[in-house]
Amino acid sequence: MDKFKKVDGVAAPLPILNVDTDMIIPKQFLKTIKRTGLGKNLFDEMRFTKEGAEIPDFVLNKPQYRNAEILVAGDNFGCGSSREHAPWAIADFGIKVIISTSFADIFYNNCFKNGILPIKLSQSDVDKLMDDAERGANATVSVDLEAQEIKGPDGGTISFDIDPFRKHCLLEGLDDVGLTLQKEEKITSFEKTRASEQPWL
Amino acid sequence: MARTMYDKIWDAHMVDVQDDGTCLLYIDRHLVHEVTSPQAFEGLRMSGRKVRAPEKTLAVADHNVPTEGRANGIADEESRIQVETLEKNAKDFGVEYLEMLDIRQGVVHIVGPEQGFTLPGTTIVCGDSHTSTHGAFGALAHGIGTSEVEHVLATQTLIQSKAKNMKIEVTGALPDHVTAKDIILAVIGEIGTAGGTGYVMEYTGEAIQALSMEGRMTVCNMSIEGGARAGLIAPDEKTFEYLKGRPRSPQGADWDAAVAYWKTLPTDEGAHFDKVVTLDASNLPPTLTWGTSPENVVSIEGSVPDPSKIEDAAKRTAVERSLAYMGLEANTKMTDIKIDRAFIGSCTNGRIEDIREVARVAKGKKVASTVSAMVVPGSGLVKEQAEQEGLDKILIEAGFDWREPGCSMCLAMNADKLAEGERCASTSNRNFEGRQGRGGRTHLVSPEMAAAAAIAGHFVDVRKV
Repeated sequence: MDKFKKVDGVAAPLPILNVDTDMIIPKQFLKTIKRTGLGKNLFDEMRFTKEGAEIPDFVLNKPQYRNAEILVAGDNFGCGSSREHAPWAIADFGIKVIISTSFADIFYNNCFKNGILPIKLSQSDVDKLMDDAERGANATVSVDLEAQEIKGPDGGTISFDIDPFRKHCLLEGLDDVGLTLQKEEKITSFEKTRASEQPWL
Repeated sequence: MARTMYDKIWDAHMVDVQDDGTCLLYIDRHLVHEVTSPQAFEGLRMSGRKVRAPEKTLAVADHNVPTEGRANGIADEESRIQVETLEKNAKDFGVEYLEMLDIRQGVVHIVGPEQGFTLPGTTIVCGDSHTSTHGAFGALAHGIGTSEVEHVLATQTLIQSKAKNMKIEVTGALPDHVTAKDIILAVIGEIGTAGGTGYVMEYTGEAIQALSMEGRMTVCNMSIEGGARAGLIAPDEKTFEYLKGRPRSPQGADWDAAVAYWKTLPTDEGAHFDKVVTLDASNLPPTLTWGTSPENVVSIEGSVPDPSKIEDAAKRTAVERSLAYMGLEANTKMTDIKIDRAFIGSCTNGRIEDIREVARVAKGKKVASTVSAMVVPGSGLVKEQAEQEGLDKILIEAGFDWREPGCSMCLAMNADKLAEGERCASTSNRNFEGRQGRGGRTHLVSPEMAAAAAIAGHFVDVRKV
């Protein structure tokens, strides 16, 4: 995984509550056996007509948001299924940061495995950034994970909380499996105890 | 110190705690299906890793499989490749795979319990959010993403932070024709789809204890629709009776030792819950959804909400968006809403008890001429049992399609889907935009309600049928 660097980019507003994983990446695109190439189908049914033509009103189809790197969205973003295709599609499109008041647990977790930073903020901070995002390409937002700070176009700073271990893994681009395998002895020892105490497992 | 059942299972699976509180949790059981696993196996290959505990892993294809004519294989090329990839991965990595024509094949969350793979006190994961189903047995079970599937395959562990404890107490006795599905829809209506975020929900109370294992699975299944990754119900004699003699259940002396352990799992008297929600089952009506979020619930006696009466602007916009998508006018009585399709099945309501209820409502009646209705058993074993009981004949006689097992139109990854604008009474778990097919309109209901609506051609109060 690539190391997470400071993001200075356009923020796209998506003021919808409960954006679910079926919206983010509809099921017909889950048939792939690869992780890559899903960005073109991100928000497919909101972004394209049935015939495949762009729907001009949808935020990511507007010229000023086509290269958005930050998404500002309504409450409970990413609810629904566990499909990691959702963060794969978001990352493949080029979005690196999602800002909302709340995220569904599984989606939130999946973001960190794919170099995406989900940021939880208060309603008033999200409202402020949503207003900034509405201003389009004239309003770039800067997200600094190291400092845990967001700077808006008018210079105001918003700080955010993040789990220190997750922050460390994102900044260093660490591979979870590799980290866990360093604890091989502990796992083996746990398995031995368990096999004697609960032999039916 | 008094502990909840979640605390106990969590503590019993702790492999390591880092200084920052991040935990490494041991995983006893890993279910694998074709949609969320190919990239995980590919990751193992690329890093030269193997599956650490193949005997604790079970693979079955369910999302993509056709529900008719499956002896001819899978027509859709991408679906076929995905299922073949699972079969190959299982073979290459030494994992047991239940192939499509195996009688034990079915929706992964129905297969696990049937095989006795799901056991109380275990940790169970699957790359599927409805893994919460297995919590009905007192197992800590939740969905994970594909990166975590790879992590569990390689290490048999998961990096986790502990969730908070929520108790959902459902008091009283359910009225006739009001079901486990109505309980969980009412719970989600009460707490909202984010109400359980960050929690593990334990369901307790008279109404929960009175449920069959099938009903308990229906309740735990939809914990994720309430935002909780996992739901739990304390194991009891019903749990043990269900599991005894299943192919992978413990046998002989192991069985006795296991039951003794399982009896220690229920939450201690006085254990702390961070949040408690209480619901009275005795007043519960048949419940259904009107919108595009599982929290959009209403009694069958109620009406479509009126957005003009909602003060909060964001909520009003959300309701307006839902009603536009659903093609519904504010204040329409739910019983005046006509349907085009009925879908009975899924990991929520595809078990034998569900099919019995549908057959009971359908017996001697006919599906309305304007409705197309299908029943998709949750597994080959459910299908076989239903056929032994003659339920298939009753359903076919009444005009229902009787299909082969799989996820089917719950998420419409196979050929079973709604056409644009079609309205469906569905026993599944999600009514999101496009969930059952682009432009399709889903109302979540119990099996009895779906059957009654299929026959009437519109929603009806199943208590009055």
